[in-house]
This record gives sequence, C-alpha cells and structure tokens, in this order.
Amino acid sequence: MGLLTGLRDSLSRVTDRLFSEQEPKRIGIYGPPNAGKTTLANRIARDWTGDAVGAESHIPHETRRARRKEDVEIERDGKTVSIDIVDTPGVTTKVDYEEFTDEMDKDDAVRRSREATEGVAEAMHWLREDVDGVIYVLDSAEDPITQVNTMLIGIIESRDLPVLIFANKIDLEESSVKRIEDAFPQHETVPLSAKEGENMDEVYEQIAEYFG
Amino acid sequence: MPEATTDGGDGVQIDLISGQRMEGKTSMEKVRMILDGVHEGNIVILEEGLTPDEESKLIEVTMTEINPEEFNGIEIETYPRPSSDSPSFFGRLMGKDGPDTKLTVIGPADRIETLHKDETLISALVSRD
Ligand SMILES: Nc1nc2c(ncn2[C@@H]2O[C@H](COP(=O)(O)OP(=O)(O)OP(=O)(O)O)[C@@H](O)[C@H]2O)c(=O)[nH]1
Ligand SMILES: [Mg+2]
Repeated sequence: MGLLTGLRDSLSRVTDRLFSEQEPKRIGIYGPPNAGKTTLANRIARDWTGDAVGAESHIPHETRRARRKEDVEIERDGKTVSIDIVDTPGVTTKVDYEEFTDEMDKDDAVRRSREATEGVAEAMHWLREDVDGVIYVLDSAEDPITQVNTMLIGIIESRDLPVLIFANKIDLEESSVKRIEDAFPQHETVPLSAKEGENMDEVYEQIAEYFG
Repeated sequence: MPEATTDGGDGVQIDLISGQRMEGKTSMEKVRMILDGVHEGNIVILEEGLTPDEESKLIEVTMTEINPEEFNGIEIETYPRPSSDSPSFFGRLMGKDGPDTKLTVIGPADRIETLHKDETLISALVSRD
C-alpha cells in the first residue's frame, strides 16, 4: 500500500471516529408515569454498557430527575450508533401526594410529589431545548388516547424531533399494540417488553435506523 | 370577557375566553391568565386553544405551582373541530365558527372528577368546593 493511500485510510478512520464519537445524539425517553421508561433505559444501558440508569418501581413518579447515560454505543449490522440516553420523569398535568400515602408516610409522600413536579418541569424543559430525538414509551395495556399523550406527541411533532413510539408491556394479557398504532398512525410503533426483553432486536434496529 | 357566573359562594365559575381576547398575548401571559383562573377554582374554556409550545409551558408552569394540600395541578382536554361542514356546537356556543377552533377546557384537578371526551362531547363533573 502506498504511503498516501495508507495515510488517507487512517485519516478517514480518524474522522469517522471523530464524527461518531463527537456527537452522540441525545435521545429523550418520554411518556406517562409508570410506562416502563426506566426499565427500558436500564435494559438498553445494561445490554450495551453493562450498568444501569436508575430505579424502577410500580409506584408512579419513581424517576424524579432526568438522568443521562452517555455514549451508549449500539451496534447493528456492523454499524455503530452512539447515543446519550436521557431517562425522564413521567409527564403529567397533576400530582396529588395522597396517591402515595398508601405506600409511605405523609412526609415522604409530600416530598415525592414535590420532587415529581420539579422533575416534570425539568423534563418539559429538556424537551424544548436539549434532546435530538424521542422514544415515547406507552404501557400497551392502557388506553393510549389521553390528553397528556396527545399533547406531548403534538409538542414533539411541533419541534420536528424524530420520534419512535414504543408499545411496552406486550407480555401483559391486556396489551394491545394495535390500539397504539391506531392512535398515532403517523409514527412508527415498536412493540416490546422492556421487563422480559421481548423484541429487543427490533428495538435496536429501529433506534439505529431512526437516530443513527 | 364572556363569562357565566353562578350565584357567588359555592357556585362554579366558568370563564369562556374568546380567541380575540387571547390575540396578541405572549405565551406566558396566556399561561398566566389560565392558571390565575384555575387557582380561583374556575373552569377555563379557551375558544382557540394553545399552540404545542404554549401547552408545554402550561405543563411546566403548572408543575412549579403545585403545592401539596393547596393545588394539585390541572385537568385539560382539547376538542378538535370535526371535519364536517356543519357549524360546530362549540362554534355556535361562542357565536362564531372559526376556521381553527380547537376548544380547550382546563380546570383544577381536585375539582374535576372526570373529564371525559369523545367525538362529540366533553363532559366534566365539577365539585363545588
Ligand atoms: N409486565 C411488565 N411490566 C413492566 C414492563 N416494563 C416495566 N414494567 C413495570 O412497570 C413498573 C414501572 O416501571 P418503570 O420503569 O419504573 O416506569 P417509568 O416509566 O420509569 O415510571 P416513572 O419513572 O414513575 O415515570 C415497574 O413495576 C416495572 O417493573 C414490561 O415490559 N412488562
Ligand atoms: Mg422512571
């Protein structure tokens, strides 16, 4: 191999690396409380980096701060996409601390609701300024047509962000992926179970394709 | 402002805000006007709704104002104008049939028990205190 071609090859390898490593796309994981956002973020992070992002819980508003996992490299068909995953607090228009008083004492419930409201405000801010793409996670056992979902999808569309809709919890008997596809026919819907790890191949393919 | 008020005290006040009234206001002014009404326990009905960006700010500001035992947040429903040619019910209610009617109903979460919506109906059950 000539000196020049060799140089050119290594140069282009360097620039390839520079570009793929310099600008990982920041992908926000959004959705209503309890949809399985953190379970998904943890699964993606564990599959590709070995460690987790945050705590999962059956009690809504477990995530109360946006959390970022940087430089998650996902490999598909020999191609590597590098993304930052941002797990966000479930978005809502109301928080009532009394919803948590069955599970904890009043002080903790009040604190949880305070933190939750700050977290949702923060998540809305991230959505307006700091994300390059969105994974919108829905619990496919629930009715997808809620005001929060419609508003959030509208907000995401108005910012021209690429968005994938994840129909999570397909392991549940009441799950209906079609209900989600019918509610948001303008977007790609990917069925999965973040908890059981079902259909993760397609999940990674779609992430690579949409955000790569 | 077109406004329907029941007799003081334990009544439920409904603010019907016309598109005209909102014209020329900044997003924060609109959000403020809505939340001021909601804080007083009113049901606020916007003839022309909000842009996605304004909705996002409404959620954000609502969150910062939630205070345990005082304010739990809002219920919100929007009502897209049906694509039929017939003047919409809400259009007639507001005395006109604007081109982009996206009627929006907003109220305090702790006073609205259910806010149900289907193709032709928004139904709210409002408690008096
Ligand atoms: N059956 C089933 N349960 C799931 C799945 N994914 C998550 N869950 C459960 O759903 C509950 C909520 O999961 P999280 O990952 O904490 O949900 P989240 O969307 O992060 O919730 P917030 O942070 O509160 O907004 C937990 O009990 C999870 O174990 C799934 O694919 N199938
Ligand atoms: Mg979470």
